[in-house]
Amino acid sequence: MTNTTTAGVLDTVPRLLARNAKVYADKAAYREKEYGIWQSWTWAQTSEEIHALALGFLTLGVKAGDHIAIVGRNRPYFYWAMVAAQSVGAVPVPLYRDAVAEEMAYVLDHCSARFVVAEDQEQVDKIIDVMDDLKTLEGIVALDQSGMRKYEKSALFNYRELQQTGRDREPELQTELDKRLGNQGPDTTCVMLYTSGTTGRPKGVVLSNRNIIETAKGTCEFDHLVADDSVLAYLPMAWVGDFIFSIAQAYWSGFCVGCPESQETMQKDLNEVGPTYFFAPPRYFEGLLTSVQIRMEDAGPFKRWLFKTFMENAKDVGPKLLDGKPVGLIERLKYNLGKILITGPLKNTLGLSRVRVGYTAGEAIGPELFDFYRSLGINLKQLYGQTEASVFITQQRDGEVRADTVGTPSPGVELRIDDSGEVFYRSAGSFERYYKNPESTKDTKDPEGWVATGDAGFIEKDSGHLRIIDRAKDVGKLKDGSMYAPKFVENKLKFFANILETVVFGSGKDNCVAFINIDLTAVGNWAERNNIAYSSYQELAGHPQVYEMIQANVEEVNASVAEDEMLSGCQITRFLILHKELDADDGELTRTQKVRRNIIADKYADLLGALYDGSNSIFTETEVTYEDGRKGAITATLEIRDAATYDRKKVAA
Amino acid sequence: MNMQDSYVTADGRTIGATVMEMKNITLRFGGVTAIKDISFDIREGEVRAIIGPNGAGKSSMLNVINGFYHPQEGEVWFHGERRHEMKPHQIAKQGIARTFQNIALFKGMSTLDNIMTGRLTHMKSGLFSQMAWWTGAQAEEVANREIVEKVIDFLEIQAIRKTPVGRLPYGFQKRVELGRALAAEPKLLLLDEPMAGMNVEEKEDMSRFILDVNDEFGTTIALIEHDMGVVMDIADRVVVMDYGKKIGDGTPDEVRNNQDVIDAYLGVAHD
Repeated sequence: MTNTTTAGVLDTVPRLLARNAKVYADKAAYREKEYGIWQSWTWAQTSEEIHALALGFLTLGVKAGDHIAIVGRNRPYFYWAMVAAQSVGAVPVPLYRDAVAEEMAYVLDHCSARFVVAEDQEQVDKIIDVMDDLKTLEGIVALDQSGMRKYEKSALFNYRELQQTGRDREPELQTELDKRLGNQGPDTTCVMLYTSGTTGRPKGVVLSNRNIIETAKGTCEFDHLVADDSVLAYLPMAWVGDFIFSIAQAYWSGFCVGCPESQETMQKDLNEVGPTYFFAPPRYFEGLLTSVQIRMEDAGPFKRWLFKTFMENAKDVGPKLLDGKPVGLIERLKYNLGKILITGPLKNTLGLSRVRVGYTAGEAIGPELFDFYRSLGINLKQLYGQTEASVFITQQRDGEVRADTVGTPSPGVELRIDDSGEVFYRSAGSFERYYKNPESTKDTKDPEGWVATGDAGFIEKDSGHLRIIDRAKDVGKLKDGSMYAPKFVENKLKFFANILETVVFGSGKDNCVAFINIDLTAVGNWAERNNIAYSSYQELAGHPQVYEMIQANVEEVNASVAEDEMLSGCQITRFLILHKELDADDGELTRTQKVRRNIIADKYADLLGALYDGSNSIFTETEVTYEDGRKGAITATLEIRDAATYDRKKVAA
Repeated sequence: MNMQDSYVTADGRTIGATVMEMKNITLRFGGVTAIKDISFDIREGEVRAIIGPNGAGKSSMLNVINGFYHPQEGEVWFHGERRHEMKPHQIAKQGIARTFQNIALFKGMSTLDNIMTGRLTHMKSGLFSQMAWWTGAQAEEVANREIVEKVIDFLEIQAIRKTPVGRLPYGFQKRVELGRALAAEPKLLLLDEPMAGMNVEEKEDMSRFILDVNDEFGTTIALIEHDMGVVMDIADRVVVMDYGKKIGDGTPDEVRNNQDVIDAYLGVAHD
């Protein structure tokens, strides 16, 4: 790799930037679609922009060790703001841009942020709302000025003007900036990221330059990421994955980061950029497959026949070719014909035709879903990680890819399973500490550096792959003492296109029950094709035929759960379809779309009670929060159904 | 002409001198009198609303303002000149653009192409040079496209740039229509029921766009609207019409407390 041949120690992100500005001066570092055209910045230009903003921060009086919050969608300007903050010795703290004002206030207060770099009026308004309560917050640097002409300007700065001020005052401030850059090293904090908070308040995870750079180095070598690769940055900037992919690995390898024009255009922009390195959560791949299936169902008979024929062949041959296994000549020819007629164009439409390394993580991915992308010839792999590990704990090697494991330990990671089944790891990427929370730090990371993941899992004997069962604290026992792991059942349910989200309950009870959220796209399309009229999500969710369909899905899952030795007790005996989608705005999901089990159990206690008391329907009233923060209530009468369960022995026989 | 001094509103915008003045306008269609002896003015930089119950003559009034109808009696003064009968494209060249109550877009054309048509009055190259794609025509196309792209960015409709407008939901079509009017870079923007048929969220978005247009570009806006809540929130001054006559004129607060207006909207007991 070229990295080691360059002079100077590459132990901080700003130093990587300086190296890239020299070595890759004329190569694109950032691309962003604006005004319908892809604009690009070379590494040399990027370095100048960051330099100007860093000087601008100095004119504001930013001190080493200050926290600078950053809130906006994936745009080059905000990535620059992160590195500019690092350059002056401050700690960047990216926030979730769809967080409501109170959530933002909590984080800003907790990290005592002195400045916020914000995208536009929407974000600025949220911060102004809570600014009076935040004693440390001194100013907001806004990028997009529209709508803010009349705002009080004493604490509001213009991003571009701040850069200009920095450029103008370069002669007097350059020495100070050089001094700050020189004072940094591997132990300096690189970034602070807040966990999404599946339980309780978010925690600030402090990651040092050593954590970030060692992780980047190891994983770039693992997947052979080089300067000619490219990514599309579209996942929340506050999420550790985006920081690793779009800053750590991008700066280490010198590859280009593309930014979409808007959230809605992401799919089109993905198609235009054609990244070689791509990450998406299972939810994304699921949505994409659903849309492909829906469009194929609407296509003519000949096209459907073509699709069916070649996809069957691809499902068989594609994964084998990716894993380097032998394939017969005729099958191979058929696969290549399919590549010209079906799979190639499909991959191109999905924007995945150039993907060399693709990852999915965060949730279990259905084997069929996983195989679909593998059969197209996309090298989709799974990884297992968390914020505290700078993402990577385990990942799948090329040629060792499977739907039901998360792979072997990443470079430099040690793995250990304790007696209770909880997974522990130790690595160069393991976080320094939780900010202002020594107690949690002590609970999670022991003096020898082993970090508890909070997940229960086991290592397969033959392959050495890690398999995750569930959150360790969610794993429990049913009343009869058999093992209970809700996620195991939920994942099986979610593999059906009709089911978007589900929550299973049953710890300490006789049997398991489930709340189900239908997938509006899939079920809506099904309703359209079957002439079923509905006027709202709620009406469709309560439709008797929808219930029939979901019941069939639940029973199919029960049959499959029955086959498992340890978990056959977790079959769903009763279920209901929820009248509203679980939503992060209502606190039911985290901002990363993970289910908050206990909050849901509290909020829908009446529904849960009805599932266990044998009644056939229940009337309920639910509070909902609209996007602008106002609250309302919806009422519904929900039907409760019994589902058939299976005896383990009978299935086995 | 009524040339009062400019003033600054409570929220910090400068309202300038009168740009358009309607003097004793009467409009008849055969024996039907749609507008009876109405006078009012529109001042630079303000948001001026015209409200009234169904059939009050609001749309006719808007058509008089943009010169589509020519009143039988009365005078229209625009930028200090009395206006004579004109063709619609001549009006457009004066810097007046409008949207329609029943969306009038080219359904088969993309959002981008529809908004580009808003630039027509600013294009100089002729048919043949455009067909031959000579440098002049090309440079002109690029310059105009840039303005259109800024409008697309402003209205946040990047995702539907290439979608034929016939396939768009109603709320988006309304937004595209506003985009086409904005692309003409008008001095005076006329909006005919911009919120009709919208849900609360769409109305909020549209209100924000209207206020932002007014604030960012200083465009004078005259709008007709049924939704009293919206009008009272965004207008600087309101004209109230009923049966072709003006029954009120003033700030939203003044109009709200006007007995004639209350009667027209809530009905009055006939004894």
